[in-house]
Amino acid sequence: MIRQAVLAILAAMIGFAATPAGARVRIDITQANVEPMPIAVPDFMGGDSDMTGLGRDITGVIMADLDRSGLFSVIDQRAYVEKLSSVDVRPRFADWRIINAQVLVAGEVRQTPDGRIEVATRVWDVYSNEQLGAVSFKTPADNWRRAAHKVADFVYKSLTGEEGYFDTRIVYVYETGPKEKRTKRLMIMDQDGANPVLLTDGLNYQALTPRFSPTQQQITYMALFDNKPGQVYLFNIETGEQEQLGTFRGMTFAPRFTPDGTRVLMSMERAGNSDVFQMELATRRLTRLTDNPGIDVSPTMSPDGRRIAFTSDRGGAEQIYVMNSDGSGQKRITFGDGRYQTPVWSPRGDLIAFTRLYQGRFYIGVIRPDGSGERLLTESYLDEGPTWAPNGRVLMFFREASPGSGPSLWSVDLTGRNLRRVRTPGDSSDPAWSPPLP
Amino acid sequence: MNVNFSMKMIGAVGLMALAAACSSTKSTGPDVAATDNSNTGVSSIVAGSQEDLEQNVGHRVFFGYDQYSLTPQAQATLQRQADFLKQHSNVRVVVSGNCDERGTREYNLALGARRAEAARAYLVSMGIDSSRVTAVSYGKERPIDPRSTEEAWSLNRNATTTISAVGA
Repeated sequence: MIRQAVLAILAAMIGFAATPAGARVRIDITQANVEPMPIAVPDFMGGDSDMTGLGRDITGVIMADLDRSGLFSVIDQRAYVEKLSSVDVRPRFADWRIINAQVLVAGEVRQTPDGRIEVATRVWDVYSNEQLGAVSFKTPADNWRRAAHKVADFVYKSLTGEEGYFDTRIVYVYETGPKEKRTKRLMIMDQDGANPVLLTDGLNYQALTPRFSPTQQQITYMALFDNKPGQVYLFNIETGEQEQLGTFRGMTFAPRFTPDGTRVLMSMERAGNSDVFQMELATRRLTRLTDNPGIDVSPTMSPDGRRIAFTSDRGGAEQIYVMNSDGSGQKRITFGDGRYQTPVWSPRGDLIAFTRLYQGRFYIGVIRPDGSGERLLTESYLDEGPTWAPNGRVLMFFREASPGSGPSLWSVDLTGRNLRRVRTPGDSSDPAWSPPLP
Repeated sequence: MNVNFSMKMIGAVGLMALAAACSSTKSTGPDVAATDNSNTGVSSIVAGSQEDLEQNVGHRVFFGYDQYSLTPQAQATLQRQADFLKQHSNVRVVVSGNCDERGTREYNLALGARRAEAARAYLVSMGIDSSRVTAVSYGKERPIDPRSTEEAWSLNRNATTTISAVGA
C-alpha cells in the first residue's frame, strides 16, 4: 500500500522588530504587467555542517519556488556583499540596496532538542529598513522540503497579500508505453516536481482525470477498463484504499468534488447519452442535474456552491453552460468560434478556466462566469485540462507541443506571460492541483 | 438523440464547415469491406471467430470529425455484422467507441459512448438481441493508428466490434 502521509509542520511567529509603518513594498499580482521584484535569498544559516548543508538545500527550494512564480527575480548569490551571521541581527541594508535588492529573505536552520529542525525566517524591506514579517517552522528533518515551501509561501504572502501555493501537491496521469497500448497510472508529486510516487499499478485499467478533494487527502478519478464501461473511483492517498463510486450499467466519468468535499459531480452515460449527476458521498444518493439529448459533461461547481458550469454540445458544437446547483436555469456563456470544453471554476470564484479548440489549435483560457472577459492564455497543438492553484492565480495544464510529441505538464499565470514546464519523470497529463496541505 | 439520419448528415456538413482546418474534410473513413470469399474455403480462419469477423465481415465502422452518425458504408458493415451474429448465435460482442486525439479526454469519452451506441443500436435494429451486444467507450485513449495525421485521425474515429464470449 502506498502511504503518502502528510507530516505536520508547526508554525510560529517570531519576535523582533516593530511591525512596519508606512508604505510597504508590495507586488500587485492583479496587474497585467508585473515587473519581477528583485529579491535576495542568501543561504539559510546553520550552526554546524549538517545544518549548513540543510540550509543550503532549503534555500535552493525557496529560490526555485519564488523564481517559478514569475513575480520575483532572485539575485545571484555571488553578487551578495554582506555575509549574515544570525537571523536575529539586523542586516546592513545598504549592502543589499547596492545590489539592487528590494527584499531580503534571511533564514536560519537549527536542530531542536527533540531532534527536529526549526527553520526561522525574516523578510526584510531593504529600502524602508523594515521587517515585513517573521516566521518559524518546526518539522522532522526529512520533511525539510515542505518547510522550504512553507517559507516560500510566507514570502509570497508577505509581498502579495495572497496565499501562496508552494506547499501543495499535484496528482496526474503518468503515461508509458506505445500510443496504441498506453499504460496510464496515477502519480503524485510535490508542486515543484519533487517526490514523485505512483499511486496505481495500471495493470488492468487506465487511470484518467484525477481530482483532489478540497477537504481530505482523497482523489476521485475514472478507471477505464477493457470491455466494460469505465467507472468513477475514490482513492484515499493516506491508506491507498480505493472504492468504486456506485455501480452503474453505463459509464461514469468526468468526476469532480464539490468545494465542500461532500459530493462528487460527474457525468453518467445511459444508452449513449451523457448527463450531469451529483452523488452525495455520505449516503451515496445520486441526483440527476441535467436531462438533455445533447452531451453534458465536465461539471464544476463554483466555490460558493451555488452554480455549476459544464460542457454541452446541445447547441451543435461544444460550449460552456452555467446552471444553478439544482440543475435549474441552464444558460450558455460561451459564444466564440470553435469548441469550448473542460470548464474549471476558480477557487476564487471570479473566473472559469477552459480548453478551447479552434482551427486545429488548442488553447487554455479564462472567462468570467457571466460569459464576459474571455482571455486566451496559451496555445499549442494540444493544450488541455486546466487545474487551478489553490489561490486562483496560476493554472496548470497538459500540452503536446507538436503532433506526436508526448504530453507534459505546464503552468501559466493569469497574465499568460509566465509559462513554465513542470518537471515530471516522463510523459504526463491531466494534472490536478491539491488544496493547501494541512 | 432521436434525430433522423438525413438531419444528422446535414448537421455533419454544417459542423464540417465550421470546423474547417480543425479536422479532416473527409466525412467518412475508409470502411473495411468484406474480403473476397473465394479464399475462405482454403484459409485456416475459424468460422465465427474474431479473425473471421475481421477478415470476412469487417469489425470497424468509421465516423466523421465530432460525428456519431452512421455513414452508408458503416451501415453496410453493420448489416454484415448482424448477419454474422445471426449465423453464430452463441457469440457475444463488445462494441467500443473511439475518437481521434483532437478533442479533450472527457468530451471524447462521451462522444465515444455515442459512437458505440450508434453501432450497437443498429445491430439491435437488425434483429440482434440487445443482451448480446455491449457498448463501451474508450474515448481517445485507444487509438489504432498512433500517428498524428488526418489519415490516422479518420481511422481512430471508429466503433470496433470485438467478440467477448462464445457459448451459451
